[in-house]
Amino acid sequence: MPDAMTTPRLQVRHLSTTFHTDEGAVHSVAEVSFDILPGRTTALVGESGSGKSVTSLTLMRLLPRTARTTVAGSALFVDRSGQTVDLLSLPERQMRAVRGNQIAMIFQEPMTSLNPVFTIGEQIAESVRLHKGASHAEALARARQMLDLVEIPAAGQRLHEYPHQLSGGMRQRVMIALAMACDPTLLIADEPTTALDVTIQAQILELMRKLQREMGTSILFITHNLGVVAHHADEVAVMYAGRIVEAAPVRELFAAPRHPYTQGLLACLPGKQPPHRGTGPRRLYAIRGQVSSPLAPPPGCAFAPRCDRTIPRCDLAMPELLADGAGRQTRCVLTEATQEAA
Amino acid sequence: MGLLLRKLFRRRIVLLAALVLLTVVLIAMAAQWVTPYDPNDTAVLERLNAPSASHYLGTDELGRDLFSRIAFGGRYSLAIAALTAFGAILGGTLLGLVAGFFRRLDAPLMRIVDAMMSLPDILLAIALVAILGPSLLNVVLALVLVYTPRVARVVRASTLVVRELLFVEAARALGIATWRILWRHILPNLLSPILVQASFIFAYAILAEAALSFLGVGVPPEIPTWGTMVAGGQQYAHQSLGVVLYPGLAIILTALSLQVLGDGVRDLLDPRLKKSM
Amino acid sequence: MLRYLASRLAGMLLVLAIVAVLVFVLTRAASGDPISVLLGDQATAADIARVQVQYGLDRPLPVQFLYWLKELAQGNLGDSIFLQRPVLQALAERAEPTTLLSLLAVAIATVIGVPCGIVGAVFRGRVIDQVFTSLAMLGASIPSFWLGLVLMQLFAVSLGWFPVSGYGDPGATLAERLHYLVLPATVLGLLNSALIIRFTRASMLDVLGEDYVRTARAKGLGEWPVVLKHALRNALVPIVTVIGLTVALMIGGAVVTETVFGLPGVGSLVVNAVLRRDYPVIQGALLVIAAIYVVINFLVDLLYMAVDPRVKY
Repeated sequence: MPDAMTTPRLQVRHLSTTFHTDEGAVHSVAEVSFDILPGRTTALVGESGSGKSVTSLTLMRLLPRTARTTVAGSALFVDRSGQTVDLLSLPERQMRAVRGNQIAMIFQEPMTSLNPVFTIGEQIAESVRLHKGASHAEALARARQMLDLVEIPAAGQRLHEYPHQLSGGMRQRVMIALAMACDPTLLIADEPTTALDVTIQAQILELMRKLQREMGTSILFITHNLGVVAHHADEVAVMYAGRIVEAAPVRELFAAPRHPYTQGLLACLPGKQPPHRGTGPRRLYAIRGQVSSPLAPPPGCAFAPRCDRTIPRCDLAMPELLADGAGRQTRCVLTEATQEAA
Repeated sequence: MGLLLRKLFRRRIVLLAALVLLTVVLIAMAAQWVTPYDPNDTAVLERLNAPSASHYLGTDELGRDLFSRIAFGGRYSLAIAALTAFGAILGGTLLGLVAGFFRRLDAPLMRIVDAMMSLPDILLAIALVAILGPSLLNVVLALVLVYTPRVARVVRASTLVVRELLFVEAARALGIATWRILWRHILPNLLSPILVQASFIFAYAILAEAALSFLGVGVPPEIPTWGTMVAGGQQYAHQSLGVVLYPGLAIILTALSLQVLGDGVRDLLDPRLKKSM
Repeated sequence: MLRYLASRLAGMLLVLAIVAVLVFVLTRAASGDPISVLLGDQATAADIARVQVQYGLDRPLPVQFLYWLKELAQGNLGDSIFLQRPVLQALAERAEPTTLLSLLAVAIATVIGVPCGIVGAVFRGRVIDQVFTSLAMLGASIPSFWLGLVLMQLFAVSLGWFPVSGYGDPGATLAERLHYLVLPATVLGLLNSALIIRFTRASMLDVLGEDYVRTARAKGLGEWPVVLKHALRNALVPIVTVIGLTVALMIGGAVVTETVFGLPGVGSLVVNAVLRRDYPVIQGALLVIAAIYVVINFLVDLLYMAVDPRVKY
């Protein structure tokens, strides 16, 4: 029986985003499918160029307006009233009612994400006035509430200050306050802590977890930092060259990664280095090679040029993303082989 | 080179501008073969005629064929503007290089540049021509002085940037003479902004010379530039607008093509700017 | 802040000092002798000598310069040789037409330029943008005297909507004066809107690419509120600069336009003075114009501080 707690809040199916550039078509995102459950955090992990940011921008329909893009697939979102809508085919006016209201987004650069000529209070209040029809005074009061919620000291004073008067960590808290001001059910966080100091990172992540517990918000967390994922995500999807190559609940992924890329990523973590054998200097593991140019993708599996465990089949065709048991999916012919064998 | 030209002309309008400019220049240079009349032949009976088969653009207030006069006049207007651009580039580059490279000379030189730019171009040009006396060469000289500061500023800005680049520091460390550094290392990097400036100054000079001649403070009225033609014909505009219209169109066409060309060169050589253009 | 103002003031005075020297040298070095022109062909050498003494033109050049500076410090710009009155008075009498013309022209240029620039930025690359950009380029290629003559022929002579030239009778009202100024102001305004369009468009494009604009869109704001409220405020600094620059450009533009439309302004005053070698007027007018230009630039800088809370001196 469908349960409000197990019906996904967001169901992305076969999402594809292609940019048409002068040099050819770039498939930034291809056949991406994942679910986000209510009150849970799904992490989208990958290196630069893997397509994770483009995925989030596509979902919010915030792709650069000057780019020529083709978007395919569906993104079924269950809004506050229980209705299901496809974000990708909503008319723009309705999408605007969703943005900042039902789904909010925070970005990587807190230093430049706030408008320098408006006060903090005004920027938060604007969102509340827009989506909740509140009066000027009500919206400002709500803004003050939000600043308290994100643990900004002297909130009343901060309301009337300008962004340049705050530090990076403070600004990111303000961004979170701004995002949460209208009680969104889904928060998309695109590398929210990458540009911050390590100690501040931990604080911000804790804050987000706390808000999630208190408000039941789902979070789509985009990052390249596996350490963060381990502590703050419930489900993980690993992206490479625009596709999801592995998806699993967080514990299972870290305990037993199946895709060679995921294994490589985990092996790079300093704490996970194998014991040093033999003479010579100790070297950190790194995945050899580089991501192929999006304009010249390999014929088969995109990771094959950098993989140490390829078999001839790898270069024939892109492997399918197959269910692997226990809520896991992997896109690798090797796991197919083990499945067939089993 | 061929690749550069192809990239430059990728936008059709730049190609069009180049062709228009070429046509204007060719007509002016080959004026005696292209025009049916002597530009100074007066024909009092045929004053202020509208365009016809015998006079493509009509006649002016003394019956002279407008097309011929515009073609011959083009020689003077284009020559003055070209010489101006050349002179301003020469002087401005020198000034800008020195100001940008030698820190101690920078402030005083730039103060002088500021002072020269604190007067509107036209007024400064008028004042200079007044001093030097009305002649073709003096107009060129005056305009060169007017536009040199503009070039100097641009060159100085670029020099400041290039000066900080590592290879200049390396050259100095190797003990290479300063003038050599300027000539062989810094100057080549300035070619693109200089080229762009040259194109625009050419255009400004055409407009400035026309304005000066129109006011009567430019070249002597006997010399047929596009500006003097309008000056001579303005009181007859109500009888035949052509006397004013056609020389003006020649000015517009030339100035416009030069600016489009300059823009095209700028886009070509500085792709960073594409983002905000 | 005070220190900044003081240093700016010093810089301005320095520039003006250099201008004063340049202006003096320029006018004195001019060929042609005003006294001969003033007195005409019948003047004897004795007459010329006498008048020269009267105007102090017989002293050595450096002395003349110092004398002029001393007068300047007392606010005295000397007397016009041809107009038989103090230069300052001549300038003051003719300031009104030029000022009104400039202000009207700047208003027209801004009203045309800023919206077109914004639209061009928002619809970048589309047809309307290409049209506006082309018009802007065209505007920078049209000689003002030509446009003036053509518009005059069309709207004043043929259609009779506006007076052909002049500034009206001595007792005319402001409305009547403005009627005389419509055509010349339109010419200046149209042509100078080109620069404003280009700067506005470029500035808006820069701002529209900023992160905080993306944040504003992510909040669910409609495109025009994003453009007009969030983007425009930040794009104002270059736009205000170029409007200030345009005011300064008007002074130069007025020279030609006043001549075409027969307006008794400062521009035509200078042109006539040059033609007649009226040194005091040339010197005084150039100096005053340079001073105005420098002051305008300074005021524009002050405006930055009001518009952008981050700017602190």
